[in-house]
Amino acid sequence: MDTKELKALIEDVLSEMNIGEDAASEDTKAAEAEKTSANTADDEAAISDECLEDITKIDVKKQYLVENPVDAEGFMELKQFAPCRIGIGKAGARYKTLPQLMFRAAHSAAQDAVFSDVDQDFVDSLGLFTVQTRCRSKDEYLTRPDLGRRLSEEAVKTIKEKCEMNPQVQIFVSDGLSSAAVAANTEDVLSGLMQGLKAQGVRVGTPFFVKYGRVGAMDEVSELLNADVTCVLIGERPGLITATSMSAYMAYKGTIGMPESNRTVVSNIHSAGTIPAEAGAHLAEVIKIMLDKKISGTELKL
Amino acid sequence: MKEIINSVGIDIGTSTTQLIFSKLTIENMATSYTVPRISIVNTEVVYRSNIYFTPLDSSSNIDSENVKAIVNKEYKLANMRPEDLQTGAVIITGETARKDNADEVLSSLSDMAGDFVVATAGPDLESLLSARGAGTDFISDEDRCTVANIDIGGGTSNIAVFSKGTAVGTSCLDIGGRLIKVKGGKITYIYKKTSELAAAHGINLKIGDRADESVLRKLADIFAKQLAMALGLLPKDQYHKGLYTNDGSPISEDIKIDGITFSGGVADMIYNPSGENVFRYEDIGPILGEAINDCSYFSGVKRYDAAETIRATVVGAGTHTTEVSGSTIKYEENCLPIKNIPVVKMSEEDEQDLKSFSKKMSDKMEIFTNTDAYDCVAVAISGNFHTTFRAVQEMGKAIVDGLEGYNKLGFPIVVICENDIGKVLGNTLKVMAGLDKKIICIDNIFVKDGDFVDIGEPVANGRVVPVVTKTLIFNR
Repeated sequence: MDTKELKALIEDVLSEMNIGEDAASEDTKAAEAEKTSANTADDEAAISDECLEDITKIDVKKQYLVENPVDAEGFMELKQFAPCRIGIGKAGARYKTLPQLMFRAAHSAAQDAVFSDVDQDFVDSLGLFTVQTRCRSKDEYLTRPDLGRRLSEEAVKTIKEKCEMNPQVQIFVSDGLSSAAVAANTEDVLSGLMQGLKAQGVRVGTPFFVKYGRVGAMDEVSELLNADVTCVLIGERPGLITATSMSAYMAYKGTIGMPESNRTVVSNIHSAGTIPAEAGAHLAEVIKIMLDKKISGTELKL
Repeated sequence: MKEIINSVGIDIGTSTTQLIFSKLTIENMATSYTVPRISIVNTEVVYRSNIYFTPLDSSSNIDSENVKAIVNKEYKLANMRPEDLQTGAVIITGETARKDNADEVLSSLSDMAGDFVVATAGPDLESLLSARGAGTDFISDEDRCTVANIDIGGGTSNIAVFSKGTAVGTSCLDIGGRLIKVKGGKITYIYKKTSELAAAHGINLKIGDRADESVLRKLADIFAKQLAMALGLLPKDQYHKGLYTNDGSPISEDIKIDGITFSGGVADMIYNPSGENVFRYEDIGPILGEAINDCSYFSGVKRYDAAETIRATVVGAGTHTTEVSGSTIKYEENCLPIKNIPVVKMSEEDEQDLKSFSKKMSDKMEIFTNTDAYDCVAVAISGNFHTTFRAVQEMGKAIVDGLEGYNKLGFPIVVICENDIGKVLGNTLKVMAGLDKKIICIDNIFVKDGDFVDIGEPVANGRVVPVVTKTLIFNR
């Protein structure tokens, strides 16, 4: 059945259903327009070796797509407060093509951040050794949060072998729900944190990387090494604004099964949130206060 | 978590001396699970002094003892002690700033009024403070337009223009209500520039002449027209340029004004004209007020009510001189407060060329360290080009290298950044310069080359420091 036949068929069905002709012809017009634009794209691809614009590089704060606006300037000022998908116009009742593609790109980036693994070479390059929780795969990690909170037998053995016991502070990095966050921020946050602790004369244990880790894994690490303060730098569940946001969870004398309220968290660490290196320096001070006050979580007033 | 800090504003103007106390509320606006973001969320004037005529011992000097007596009396009336104050400003404004002993009065008052009260002067800053006190910044922000404030005092008219809440220009003219004084129906004082302006328009005024309202009104009309020229409401004439205080410059021709507010003593005569004796203050203030009210050139722009009129400058000094630093900063205990620190601001080009940065920085610092006048010098950078940890290390190294000569003097290292890298840069400097070095590294403060800053004792649980910058910067 070719397009013409299909069009005729649809029109027949619609007229039988007493739906206005307008709607049908709108749809077909749109379909034709799409076809035409697809054709043009094909033609251009044949003669051009240029790349398409990378839509993930577009700054939504600078994007304003409303046609014939009353006050574009005023709207742009409002847009500077947050990177929201507003003022992006519409095509009939739907998104325009570009915002729709950008939305799907952001969604894909979020999914990739969750489902992909942190590049092992990257972890090695930071001088961190790698251990794993009791999860054996990404699927198990996502479906069994309880296993992501416990270290594998081998991990326990390796950590005992390689780490200094009874440190004042034990730091480790974990993928959590965003491998992209680990790749984007670890170097800056970890360096800023280590330097800050050094400047205050705090003794730091051997840092490492935990694959398939949930926040709760820090409690086992804390018990295992008998650290005063344990701190995990972990990828946050990605959103549609950024897929690279990192959090730091810290606890004073954490134990398995302790209340969640014993944890102190600093979130929103990424290039458009708190600058990663500065966040690391801030964490060093928070940890110092924990060491001094011997307390963490909601009890700790910063 | 809210914290209230007490601030004082003292304004010694051409005609009046006033004082206010205000409370500044600072609060962490961020949620408890992110890095803190502490800012001044509210300012409230809690005490307004009487308005005194500024005591002068002769026509040329401020009567320092009487000014001190006024301040002492008002502190007592307000039940406030110098040690209760965390910040504030003493300013000498208008014609009074030109008196021989202005500096001396400033410093003696600033010592008496509280540990962290700073002394400032300068017509640009005064313009900005009076406009903020008059609420012009707020009006322009709310109405999304460009509003000018003219603070017409005894000796000068200070103009500040705000566009959508941001200061875009200031200027100051020698136009005021007390440039001619009158007593017993006779003229007793004429400011030199004023008599020249009058003469150029064929109006001859001499001390001892009978004070003729219609003649003085002609001069007042000229004043009004000159103020309209200063706002670009009509083309500038050949006399206009000479009226700027200290040969200052006019506001940019590109600025188009939508609205206007008036403050200063003369503003009350503009907003509330009265039929009383025009010489009731023994000057030409009321005549000038009437002239401005009748001046047709001002009718093209919207006139807004000012939040403060005669008290605008003192309210501005007491509530708008202090800002707080960013919330992740580095400082050492027992190093603060520090006052009157000259700022060496490095350009953005310098920041991007770290090879020559250190040398340029140390050369600029030497200008200040070669005199005995200053205890330390602050280095200011934007910090926009070094945000990764590695880049911050490079920046830190460049700064430490440039400090070689300075460090021999044993002063603390003071660095001021615009971008939020204060703490990590501070730590970097600490590690690089040596753990025994005193480091103060703050961020979210915008300064320019040649500014002077005061950095106060930490507040908000030590998270932030109050900072007063003694000149001004636009477009922040």
